[in-house]
Amino acid sequence: MTAKSILTAAELDGIAALISHYPTARAACIDSLKLVQEKRRYIADDVLAEIAHLLGMSVAELDEVATFYNLIYRQPVGETVILLCDSVTCWMMGRNQVAADISKRLAIKDGETTADGKYTMLPIVCLGHCDHAPAMLMGKTLVGNVDAAQLDRLLPEARA
Amino acid sequence: MKRPLTKNIIVNQMPFDLVAYERAGGYQTVRQSLGKIDPDAVLAAVVDSGLGGCGGGGFPTGRKWQAMPSVATRPGPRYFIVNADEMEPGTFKDRLLLEGDPHQLIEGIILSAYAVQANHAYVFIRGEYHRAIALMEQAIGEAEAAGLLGDNILGSGFNLIIHVHGGAGRYICGEETALLNSLEGRRAIPRSKPPLPMISGLFGAPTIVNNVETICNIPHIVANGAEWFRSLGRNGAAGTKIFGVSGRVNRPGTYELPMGTPMREMIEEHAGGMKPGYALRALLPGGASTGFMLENDLDTPMSFAAFAAKGNRLGTGTAIILDDKTCPVGFIANLQHFFAQESCGWCAPCRDGLPWVEQTLKSIEAGEGKLEDLDLLTEMTDTLAPGRTFCALAPGAMASLTTGLAYFRDEFERHIRDGECPWT
Repeated sequence: MTAKSILTAAELDGIAALISHYPTARAACIDSLKLVQEKRRYIADDVLAEIAHLLGMSVAELDEVATFYNLIYRQPVGETVILLCDSVTCWMMGRNQVAADISKRLAIKDGETTADGKYTMLPIVCLGHCDHAPAMLMGKTLVGNVDAAQLDRLLPEARA
Repeated sequence: MKRPLTKNIIVNQMPFDLVAYERAGGYQTVRQSLGKIDPDAVLAAVVDSGLGGCGGGGFPTGRKWQAMPSVATRPGPRYFIVNADEMEPGTFKDRLLLEGDPHQLIEGIILSAYAVQANHAYVFIRGEYHRAIALMEQAIGEAEAAGLLGDNILGSGFNLIIHVHGGAGRYICGEETALLNSLEGRRAIPRSKPPLPMISGLFGAPTIVNNVETICNIPHIVANGAEWFRSLGRNGAAGTKIFGVSGRVNRPGTYELPMGTPMREMIEEHAGGMKPGYALRALLPGGASTGFMLENDLDTPMSFAAFAAKGNRLGTGTAIILDDKTCPVGFIANLQHFFAQESCGWCAPCRDGLPWVEQTLKSIEAGEGKLEDLDLLTEMTDTLAPGRTFCALAPGAMASLTTGLAYFRDEFERHIRDGECPWT
């Protein structure tokens, strides 16, 4: 690539290391998207194009993959993404009330980001924490038995 | 009661590191097998054990392995893959094994890969399982440093590399051929079968895909023999299984019990029965893709065969309880929302049919349904029946709808007649 790279040296090294785990470069594309998203929070169009070029894929091929997987964000998200389970056990155990509570505290709806860019709220499928429903992921942390008291602790700036 | 799968797991504590795991007898089977007994002997033990796939299918693991062509007839790369894409609603057993005893899974992978002579293994862990991914990677690092992975393991001449692939979402990745597409860096859409992955799988090479729990059983079968393994089960079933219960029981959680334990025993004795003020209405025995089971069937032994004989599926063995204070129509609408959202979109009946089912159920739940809607739903259970779609996702979705329409007909009609949900 002759144009100046958008990706950092660390990102380029990281992608090279990921490619080494597979017989084809393309197989590392989901890992690469996740690696780059880690710091940038989402995959912007120019970033996507550079990753595609590195892996020998067309931009359309990589975007086809990126838009298929719900944990790859093609639009900006907040510092912390709150993924609240909406599958059956959590639904039965009161996830809708929890969702309404989070919505009220942060003044956002599903799919929205707070004005200060701190939080994005999204529904997610079963998180495998059904014996502690309702469950959610805050960033990378799994939280069970989510209720108002838990939310007071986890979102101290947004007490009910 | 023997609990081989969970014997090292202490709730809310870090899993055993390599030293602690070996002190508890871990990796002995690897030391005693690799280069010392024939790979076919390991395979034979697994065949004789009667172990069935714990991802929900129950297909005999040994027979799956036997379907792989021999190295002599098919030289070149071979892959062994662990399916840790646990995303079946109501299922939380593989996370316990991944986070609770990662070395047990690694030991199982080494023995399994040795049996089928695969030198590359991938563990496909769903992306939301951050802790499981970190703990598995750490344990693999320890095993590599100790010479239990890598080239010429313990001087046996056998090589094995394990790479953890963290997923990026989507339930369909748990379908084994969709998982292969995802590992190749593609959209996770299922592949046409045949050829089966054992013949042409990852990158076109012979490939085995097994569930986490299935592979965690392998070290115990190799260490203690097939006969011992079979003796662990009850009512004609083999081994133990991690069962589970969620919903309004006193002690929701996971329980390692003999395969073939009656469902009633798990719910009443282990999970402590229903919470005060709630009665059991029905349950899904093993995740969202299984059919409803009523109270009068609770004595069914939890085995793949016993559930198949009842026209149902054991699935993942983690039951979801529908109680009498929860609307069955709302419950089913939630399940169908899941399936409609998670359809990969590859085949039309699933892509278009499931959202139609979901919208119909939502309108009934909102009190805007018509009696003809029930005929439509019944018709859809046929349109999306096994054999009508590319993979098992939509037929799995229809299991709860078919049984739900039969068991909760009155509740559906009451929503339509009264124009509202009686539970809200």
